[in-house]
Amino acid sequence: MIPSQVNFHKPNSLSEALDLLSGNQDAKLLAGGHSLIPLMKLRLNEPDSVISIGNLAELRGISDSDGSFKIGAGTTHSEIAMHQGLRQVLPVITQAAASIGDIQVRNFGTIGGSIAHADPAADWPGALLASGATLDLASQSGQRKVAASDFFQGFFSTALNGDEIITAIIIPKPPAGTRSGYLKFAQPASRFAIVGCAALVSGDPIAEIAVAFNGVSDTPFRDAGVEGALKGKTLSEEVIAKAASMAADGRDILSDHHASSAYRHHLARIYAKRTLNSLM
Amino acid sequence: MSENYIKTPKEICGLGHRMKRKEDARFIQGKGRYIDDIVLPGTLYMDIVRSPYAYAKILSINSEKALAIPGVLAVITGKDLEAYNLHWMPTLMSDTQMVLPTDTVMYQAQEVAAVIATDKYIAADAVLAVDVEYEPMKPVIDPHKALDADAPVLRSDKEGKTDNHIWHWEAGDRTATDTAFANAEVVVKEQIYTPRIHVVSIETCGCVADFDKVEGKLTLYMTTQAPHAIRTVLALVAGHVGLSEEKIRVISPDIGGGFGGKVPVYPGYVIATAASVLIGKPVKWIEDRMENLQADSFARDYHMTCELAATKEGKIQALRIKTLADHGYTDAAANPSKFPAGMFSICTGSYDYDTAFTEMDAVYTNKPPGGVAYRCSFRVTEAVHAIERMVDRLAQEIGKDPAQLRFENFINKDQFPYQSALGWEYDSGDYHQALEKAMEIISYDELRKEQAEKRANGELMGIGISSFTEIVGAGPSKHFDILGIKMFDSAEIRVHPTGKAIARFGTKSQGQGHETTYAQIIAQELGIPAEHIQVEEGDTDTAPYGLGTYASRSTPTAGAAAVIAARKLRDKAKKIAAHLLEVSEEDLEWEPGKFSVKGAPDKAKTIQEIVFAAYTNHPQGMEAGFEAVHYYDPPNLTFPFGSYICVVDIDKGTGQVKVRRFIAVDDCGTIINPMVVEGQIHGGLTQGLAPALYEELIYDEDGNILNGSLMDYLVPTAVESPSWETAHTVTPSPHHPIGAKGVGESPTVGAPPAIANAVVDALSHLGVTHIDIPITATKVWEILREKGVAE
Amino acid sequence: MHSITVTVNGQAYTKEVEARLLLVHFIRDVLALTGTHIGCDTSNCGACTILINGRSVKSCTQFAVQADGKEITTVEGMAGEALHPIQEGFKEEHGLQCGFCTPGMIMRASDLLSKNPNPSEEEIRWAISGNLCRCTGYNNIVKAIKYAASKMTEEVVES
Repeated sequence: MIPSQVNFHKPNSLSEALDLLSGNQDAKLLAGGHSLIPLMKLRLNEPDSVISIGNLAELRGISDSDGSFKIGAGTTHSEIAMHQGLRQVLPVITQAAASIGDIQVRNFGTIGGSIAHADPAADWPGALLASGATLDLASQSGQRKVAASDFFQGFFSTALNGDEIITAIIIPKPPAGTRSGYLKFAQPASRFAIVGCAALVSGDPIAEIAVAFNGVSDTPFRDAGVEGALKGKTLSEEVIAKAASMAADGRDILSDHHASSAYRHHLARIYAKRTLNSLM
Repeated sequence: MSENYIKTPKEICGLGHRMKRKEDARFIQGKGRYIDDIVLPGTLYMDIVRSPYAYAKILSINSEKALAIPGVLAVITGKDLEAYNLHWMPTLMSDTQMVLPTDTVMYQAQEVAAVIATDKYIAADAVLAVDVEYEPMKPVIDPHKALDADAPVLRSDKEGKTDNHIWHWEAGDRTATDTAFANAEVVVKEQIYTPRIHVVSIETCGCVADFDKVEGKLTLYMTTQAPHAIRTVLALVAGHVGLSEEKIRVISPDIGGGFGGKVPVYPGYVIATAASVLIGKPVKWIEDRMENLQADSFARDYHMTCELAATKEGKIQALRIKTLADHGYTDAAANPSKFPAGMFSICTGSYDYDTAFTEMDAVYTNKPPGGVAYRCSFRVTEAVHAIERMVDRLAQEIGKDPAQLRFENFINKDQFPYQSALGWEYDSGDYHQALEKAMEIISYDELRKEQAEKRANGELMGIGISSFTEIVGAGPSKHFDILGIKMFDSAEIRVHPTGKAIARFGTKSQGQGHETTYAQIIAQELGIPAEHIQVEEGDTDTAPYGLGTYASRSTPTAGAAAVIAARKLRDKAKKIAAHLLEVSEEDLEWEPGKFSVKGAPDKAKTIQEIVFAAYTNHPQGMEAGFEAVHYYDPPNLTFPFGSYICVVDIDKGTGQVKVRRFIAVDDCGTIINPMVVEGQIHGGLTQGLAPALYEELIYDEDGNILNGSLMDYLVPTAVESPSWETAHTVTPSPHHPIGAKGVGESPTVGAPPAIANAVVDALSHLGVTHIDIPITATKVWEILREKGVAE
Repeated sequence: MHSITVTVNGQAYTKEVEARLLLVHFIRDVLALTGTHIGCDTSNCGACTILINGRSVKSCTQFAVQADGKEITTVEGMAGEALHPIQEGFKEEHGLQCGFCTPGMIMRASDLLSKNPNPSEEEIRWAISGNLCRCTGYNNIVKAIKYAASKMTEEVVES
């Protein structure tokens, strides 16, 4: 499997990258390449040019300030999974990072690349939705912020415009005492999520609650039904079981040879339960 | 031969030593030489245009755009090959297979045209530039519908063919079996499917064909498990275009796993060879994983209706199995010629009863051809799955412990050699001992207690047993041939003047460790240190003729040949020693490495001294040198056996099955290298786990493959694979010269029913009697939901 | 064409490459280091695993141009005068059969042990879960990595 011919650009700065992109909106951005290159090898994607942004220092690293974490879009999944600050405050983020693919994939694939690709079975969306993340997008004409909840729009479809680059993911620090986690039922060959459930809980009785899924539908979502059933309650196995039984109700649920929609729906309930149980 | 065979000292490293493998040095340093590592000057690259449809007419193939790409030399189509009558080739089962189609494609991913270019990147571009116009037709995908009156006749190329039936095969006594069933107190019956799976050797297939126009000689480097047979087949099918057998050299380099997938001749090999002969340059073809999964030979795909008749106490009286075999569009199974269903008639298993009947019908469908082993001796896996599932089914029916039922039905060790109801003579066995050992190691009685407690708490735990008998080492020339060539195998030993040797074989290791184990066999017989015995295989210009490595046949055939060849040399050594020591041969006695005079151990000649004399001081009238060759025709097959016990826990929320423990007690007769045997068992167990829980090639109703890459087809990783426990018993084969049997495939054969039996056992109290493999989480969850016990 | 400079096993190479050239093909075909293998093309099997700047990655799913300026280690760069303890472990514990997955396994193990010198069996199994082996059933690969871990720990203690 060999990609088609392609022009390769390696800008030295973000602004240079944005200039290149603005001149050629059919170009594809290449960070780690673990989403793009497989498609190019299958010739499902045959871009005229790729713009390599994997080495741009401006896009890399994790900073901790102003009540939030800022993760550069070019940061690898491994770097995120190993980050001590995130691990303490937002285990949902490090657990999602650590559950992606395998270690070699995590060592090269980037968070920005994964979310721009918007595979419904990817692991990031649930954790980003649940944690209330915001994405920093840049283009030649300026910058804008888009909430993760507005970013993912469907099957491989996002709010990202052709001239834009995701520069960072901003995750607000939750209130002290917030517990969070991510669990998934993996498609065993690819280790993409058949169902992934991310949750954050704080307060007793529960003041803040977020439960989000990826893999279940063509678009990741926060589950208002489950959240509503938990808010104001004290976490217990019974409370969780009741809330989790509503998971993904009313959603269009994916079906394929790995999991029928009935099975996926069931797994959403099971993983809602297990994720929340892990936070008790 | 018993387990107390003569142990050689460590310096000699004969049988029974855990010798570290000689081949490892190159593999751990990246110096293996696999097919894709072979680069010849001026090599051209071939890539293949494949069909997107399962069944379609080819209306046109337009190569214009492809040929316009700089670096593209040729686009080869079926019409081009037709000019040389090379567009069809025979299969091992005397059917016919397209090399390239002239008018119709018969399965998705079938070869449609081949591109030859100066670079593989250019070849890949050219593949997409070949325009093929198809007219899709409604395919036959479900084998159960292949024989319907309104099914299209797929092989209309065959004159007079009016349906999709390939052959009917049967074994046993139909009438006696029907009578036994009619009179039986208990009859159990299940539909059992062993799904279509793929070997997925980590190295895919490929070749480098190098035709020297000046010499008229073809050198074909090829991922093949049977290089000699390939050479002969090439001479037979391409003789008319000038390939003569002495001018064909097939070299099978290091092979990155075979498992039967590298036995068949795939169209790619033939096209690359034809291209090299036409162009006069080396042509390299290496398939990618998707091509490998989607187009290369499948394994299994048997739909079996199984019945067992027994007394109400559980004494088995008769077995009846009717099978529908889905062969894809041609019968390209890799079986001995007279055995269209391979060794399926081993299906009576490890049990003593004299009545059985099995029949099978094979049909064409619009799927890839195949029927290779997947690490098994010709359909033994299917047979063992059937009998081992049915024995459990019977135990469940009459409420008897499955271990107890087995003990009461096993063939006793004093009944060997044992004539099976379907005509095999089992050479040796002690089935009770193997199962007792497995039960002891895993604490079977404790596990049953634990299961009862868990069941009372609503937890799902199962214990599964499989007590299998294999049939390997094909095979005696009376019955076994491939395209007429008898299934002997060979060894040639040359000992150099300084007492170091080279030995060559007709087999071909694909990871089994022949370079080490064959050396140990010869070391045992001649006393030459194994480290000084160089083993070579795979080059038809140098190695003696043999049928290759598959079906666990190397040790039973070529291993035996090595023993006999070495013993011929030992006889010669004795004559030379008698000459050197000036005594008669009767006065000499042998211990590994030297002949000494009886009663005077100081008067001795080492094998090195003797060999040196064979070149420097051989007796007058004796031929000089120290070489021997033997072609071994086995008197019978060997029948390895074992008992496996598997413990599973089921997650009631997801339906996932977790193998908690698995003990494999194997008996392969005399053990050459315990380390290598254990390694073979571990690997085979993971390849048994794979189809039991994960693997299946899935097609939709239009014949599109749904999991044609490793993104979707799950090969178990170290995480799915449990930590295997192994043990062994030793019951030597009475007819093999060192008592050895084959071993590499026993675990692949024995593991799936042990796992399936464990899962069914976990659910048996809910009325579950059978689940088809692969037992995926989805399938188990559906059952849990239906039974109302899902979390 | 793009000019790239890559240090492989300590030696610097400057080569002109096509933008689409996959790193694994650069290593195998341009540098003739054929110890790195291709098994699946879809970054599932791990046979093409190498180290880039000390971290294990799959070389089938990146372009050679992405490696410009980086340090690569392949299986050919593991042994010095003697075998590397991981290589020795694979031989001593019979951690390989056909050998095709072995270079990728060795490179993966090297990254693992550099970060976790004393991994448990469970950690080893997860750590090599991006590398497929069809021959060994993984038992002896796990043992091989444990062998290497204890040998490397001993070496550290001695020095």
